[in-house]
Amino acid sequence: MKKIDFILAGVGGQGTILASNILTEVGLELGYDVKKAEVLGMAQRGGTVESHVRWGEKVYSPLVEEGEVDFLVGFEMLEAGRWSLYLKKDSTVIVNRYRIPPPAVNLGKAVYPKEEEIESMLKTIAEQVFWVDAMKIAQDLGNPAVAGVILLGVLSSRVGGSSDAWLKVVERLVPAKFQELNRKAFLAGQEAAST
Amino acid sequence: MKKMMTGNEAIAYGAYLNGVRVGAAYPGTPSTEIMESFATYPGVFSEWAPNEKVALDVGIGAAYAGTRALVAMKHVGVNVAADSLFYAVYTGLKGGLVIVTADDPNMHSSQNEQDNRNYAKFAKIPMLEPSDGEEAKQFVGLALKMSEKFDTPVMLRSVTRLSHSSTPVEISTDEPPPPAEPPLYERNIRKYVMVPANARLRHPIIEARLKELAEYAESLPINRIEPGDDTLGIVAAGAAYQYAREVFPKATFLKLGMVYPLPEKMIREFAAKVKTVLVVEELDPFFEEQIRLMGIEVRGKDIFPTIGELSPSLIRECVAKAGLPVDSPAQSEVAATDASASIELPIRPPMLCPGCGHRGLFHVLREANVVVLGDIGCYTLGAAPPLSALHTCGCMGASIGVAHGVSRAGIKDRFVAVIGDSTFFHAGIHPLINTLYNNSAVTTIITDNRVTAMTGHQQHPGTGITLQEQETEAIDLEQLARGIGFKKVDVCDPYDMEKLSEILEDHLASEQPSVIVAARPCVLYTREKSTPPRVDPEECTDCGACLELGCSPLMQEEDHVSIDPLLCNGCGLCMQVCPVGAITRD
Ligand SMILES: Cc1ncc(C[n+]2csc(CCOP(=O)(O)OP(=O)(O)O)c2C)c(N)n1
Repeated sequence: MKKIDFILAGVGGQGTILASNILTEVGLELGYDVKKAEVLGMAQRGGTVESHVRWGEKVYSPLVEEGEVDFLVGFEMLEAGRWSLYLKKDSTVIVNRYRIPPPAVNLGKAVYPKEEEIESMLKTIAEQVFWVDAMKIAQDLGNPAVAGVILLGVLSSRVGGSSDAWLKVVERLVPAKFQELNRKAFLAGQEAAST
Repeated sequence: MKKMMTGNEAIAYGAYLNGVRVGAAYPGTPSTEIMESFATYPGVFSEWAPNEKVALDVGIGAAYAGTRALVAMKHVGVNVAADSLFYAVYTGLKGGLVIVTADDPNMHSSQNEQDNRNYAKFAKIPMLEPSDGEEAKQFVGLALKMSEKFDTPVMLRSVTRLSHSSTPVEISTDEPPPPAEPPLYERNIRKYVMVPANARLRHPIIEARLKELAEYAESLPINRIEPGDDTLGIVAAGAAYQYAREVFPKATFLKLGMVYPLPEKMIREFAAKVKTVLVVEELDPFFEEQIRLMGIEVRGKDIFPTIGELSPSLIRECVAKAGLPVDSPAQSEVAATDASASIELPIRPPMLCPGCGHRGLFHVLREANVVVLGDIGCYTLGAAPPLSALHTCGCMGASIGVAHGVSRAGIKDRFVAVIGDSTFFHAGIHPLINTLYNNSAVTTIITDNRVTAMTGHQQHPGTGITLQEQETEAIDLEQLARGIGFKKVDVCDPYDMEKLSEILEDHLASEQPSVIVAARPCVLYTREKSTPPRVDPEECTDCGACLELGCSPLMQEEDHVSIDPLLCNGCGLCMQVCPVGAITRD
C-alpha cells in the first residue's frame, strides 16, 4: 500500500473540517492506517485552517512533511499558495477558484496576488495543477456550503479507484436531509475533474 | 471495530470505559474537547468549573469519596491549579484521579509554551504521555489503576498534535463497571488534614512512593525498547516519538509511555546497546538532563531547538546538520523554496468577527485615549490593528490587579481594566474585590458576551446552563458587583457607542472603584444577523473612518468604501462612525 499524503487548506467556515473528516474515513474504509492533524485555534475568527490527512500501510506522524504532499486541495486561492513548500514535482494541486481577501487587502494595505501569479508559482513546483470553480458549481446546485464536497469529488477522481467508498462515507457523514444534495455535489466534482 | 477519534475524544472514552464518574474542567485549547466529549457519556457527571483550581478540587473531592475522577486543563491551567495539585500528592486519594495537562508547543493558541513535564518532577507525581489515540484511551485506564495502587493522583500529558489529531481507536464491547454502593466517607485526619505535623509524616511517604514508582516503571510494558539498527538509539515519548519513528523507521528506540519517574535500569541497558543515544523531545531537555545525571552521554538539545514544535522535517534537518546518519527528504525543496519566495502572500490574522460587540467597546476606548490593561479572550483582539486599543495581556485575570498596580504607581494617562465574562468568573473576582478593599480608582469593564467565545463557546457561571445542558442560576454580573459593595456600576450595550462613551467618561471622572458591564451576546454564538447597511458611493468621501473599525466586510474600493453584504452582520457600528452619513440601512 503506497502512502498518500493530503493537505486541505482554507479559511475558517469553508467546510475543510467536514471534508477532512470524510477523507479520513474514506482512507479507513479503503483499509489504510490513517491519521489526521488539524490546527483550528482561531479558525472561527476568519483565520487560516489546515488539515493534514495521511493514508498508508502504517502511519506514524500525523503531520505531512515539507516537500512530501501528494495532494494539496486549496479551498481558497491564497491558501493554496501558502502550502507551496510542501509540494514536490509529482504533487497534484486542486485549487478552488475563489478568493476571500484577508483584512489587510480589504483595507488597501496589501495586495491579493493575481490568479496567474499563484498559478505560475504552483506550476513551477508541481506539474499537475487543476483549477475548479467549486463555489460556482455549488451555487448552481443551490447551496454554497457544498463546495467542499465538490472539491472532494475532484480529488477522488485524481486519487483514482472506485468512488463507492467515497460516496458511502459522504452519505454517512452529512446530515440526512442533505444527503442527496451532497451526493450530487460529489458527482458534479467528479464530472468537473473529467472535463 | 475501530473508530477515528481525536486524542481528546480518546481520553474521554478511556475515562468512561474505566468507570470514571466525575469529570471537571475549565476550557482551554487544546484540552477543551476532553470534557465536552466526556459529558456525552451515560451515567457520568461532568462540569465546567469556574477555573482549573476549582476543577481539580472537585476531582480530588470525588476521589476522596472513592469515585474515579477526571480533571482536564490546558498547560497554563496547571499553574492555576498547582496549589491543589501539590496537596493532593501529599494526601493521596481513595478513588483514582487522572489530571490531564494539554500542552501547546508552538503556542498555536496560548500565551506561553511551558513544558508541563516539569510539574511531574516538581510535584513528585507520576506522569504518562500517550503518542496516539489508542494509547491515550489505554493510558487513562492504566493511570487510574496506578493512582489507586500508589495512592497518588496521576498526570497524563497531551500536546496539541495528540489532542487535535485523529487516529483509529479500538471500540470496546465491554460495558464500564457499574457504580459501587456509596461508601461511608473515610475520616482519616492524619492522612487528609495537611497541618504541618501531619504533612511532615506524609513527605517521607511521597519520597518512598517515587522510588517504588521508578521501580514499577522498569517493568511497565508502556516503557519498552524497540530493537533495530544500533547506530542510533532514540529516546522519545508522545507526539515526538511519532515524528522520530517517521524519520528513523529502522533505529533502536526507547519508547517511554511513563515520562516520570524514569526507569533508570532500562535506560542503562538501552544505552549499552547503541552507539549514540539521541533524545528527541519537544521543549525542555527533560529526559536529557535526567539521563545525563545517570552519567550517560546523550545528544539532544545540542541538536534540537528548545523552542516550538518538532516535526519530521525539522528532526531530519537538525540530525543531518549534526552529522548523524539520516535519510534526506525524498524531494529537493530548492524549486519550492525559490518559487514560494517569488510572490508575497498576505497573512490572514484572526480578527474580531463582523458584529462583535467588543469592536464597539474598543472603538470607544481608543477614542477616549485610555491605557487598557487587558486580559485573555476574543477581546484581546482589540490589540490588533487598526483598533490597537489594548495594551497588556498576560494571563487569565491579570487585568484588574495590573490596573490597580498601575493606579498606585501613578501615571499621567487615564486607564481602565478590560476583562471577559468567562475570564472574570475564572480569576477576576478577587482582584475586583481588591480594587474596592484598597480603594483604587480603577474602572473595570467586563465584556459580557454571555459565553466563553475564544475557546469555542462553552457555558460559564453567567450563562444559566451547565456543561451537561441543565438549566441553572445565571450569576448576574451587575448584582455581583453591587453585592460586593460597588456603588458605581453601569450596564451598557457596546453597540451604542455614544452612551458607552458617556458612561466611560463619567466613571473615569468619578475617581472611585467602579464597574461597567458591556453587555452584547456573541453573534457567532447566537447566529443573529440584521440587515446589512449600504454605502452610498456618491456620499462617501473615502475618509477611512469606518475602516478604522477593522471590520472585514468593509472594503476599500477605487475611491470609496463598500460593504460585502454576505459577510456583514448588520451591527451598524460603521453607520455610527461615518462623519457624512454615507452609510445607511433601508
Ligand atoms: C489558565 C487558563 N485557562 C484557560 C485559558 C484559555 N482561554 C483563553 S481565553 C479564554 C476564555 C475567554 O472567554 P471570555 O473571557 O468570556 O472572553 P470571550 O472570548 O468570550 O470574549 C480561555 C478559556 C487560558 N489562557 N488560561
